[in-house]
Amino acid sequence: MSETETRFQEELGTRDMPDPREAQAPHHEHPSAKEYIRIGVILAVLTALEVATYYVDVGGALVPTLIVLSIIKFALVVMWFMHLRFDSLTYARFFVMGLAGAATLYLIVLISFGVFVVE
Amino acid sequence: MADLAITPPSGTAPAHDEHATSTGLPNTKLAMWVFLASECMLFGALISTYVLYRGASDVGPYPDDVFDIPYTSVSSFVLLASSLTMVLALAAAQKRDVSRMRLWLLSTALLGLTFVAGQVYEFTVFYDEGLSISTNLFGTTFYVLTGFHGVHVTFGILMLLSLVGFSAADRLPDDAAFPVEMVGLYWHFVDIVWIIIFTVVYLIPTPAPAPV
Repeated sequence: MSETETRFQEELGTRDMPDPREAQAPHHEHPSAKEYIRIGVILAVLTALEVATYYVDVGGALVPTLIVLSIIKFALVVMWFMHLRFDSLTYARFFVMGLAGAATLYLIVLISFGVFVVE
Repeated sequence: MADLAITPPSGTAPAHDEHATSTGLPNTKLAMWVFLASECMLFGALISTYVLYRGASDVGPYPDDVFDIPYTSVSSFVLLASSLTMVLALAAAQKRDVSRMRLWLLSTALLGLTFVAGQVYEFTVFYDEGLSISTNLFGTTFYVLTGFHGVHVTFGILMLLSLVGFSAADRLPDDAAFPVEMVGLYWHFVDIVWIIIFTVVYLIPTPAPAPV
């Protein structure tokens, strides 16, 4: 580490923190085309399951099943197609911050308006 | 401050940015993720509004009257397939296989166009069946939510076609993987938003309207 960098870190108060460029550098190569196709097939199967669930009478399990399936699909796209699984954690932190912030805020709004109250 | 400029340690310089950054990560990519995080807020608001007014319309048509699940399922498959072709374009770009990259980018744009065309057709059918943006709360929240999503897909298509155009004009850098990845991030985000919309708006049954 150069002297100017050390001075810069001292000014920022980050002298003892690990070098972010080393700590957050991407760890893995992106997946191969074959792996992408495999994930694509899994996504298609999950979508088919979602649509099937709509037509099959699963009673009270319908909504939880649909939500779980969509969360799995969401995670697969974000982790594999958007490479959050392979890229720096910093990207994931920013995205999760926005996602979790939005989810928390709007869940509070919906709960406040009694959307989840079963009459 | 000029003498405090950071020079990256050897071997850890960002592969795609012209300038070293204090995080060691490309600013463009970081900015894209921050933008996508902010988009979560936008679509969160639109989806929540739809959920909030679900089943609150006093007059029809109601969702069950107009939705055509098999048709929308095909649209969902089309958008999902476009995410696959997008990552295949990225894989080709990383291998510097320019012709295959252009082919996959064009396929992605074409699938996106198919999705948008399907959405326009769906809107016209719904309108013919009496559902306009001002008919009832369902119409307002549905058109605003899916319309915003459709506009995002349209912007994505324009970006994809621009990439193909820049590539054809030889105006992309030798390593085109970075711009392809940036457009890809946006495209996949549009796809994950649709994953939520498809479930929340189309598949989860709407409560029956309250008797008047």
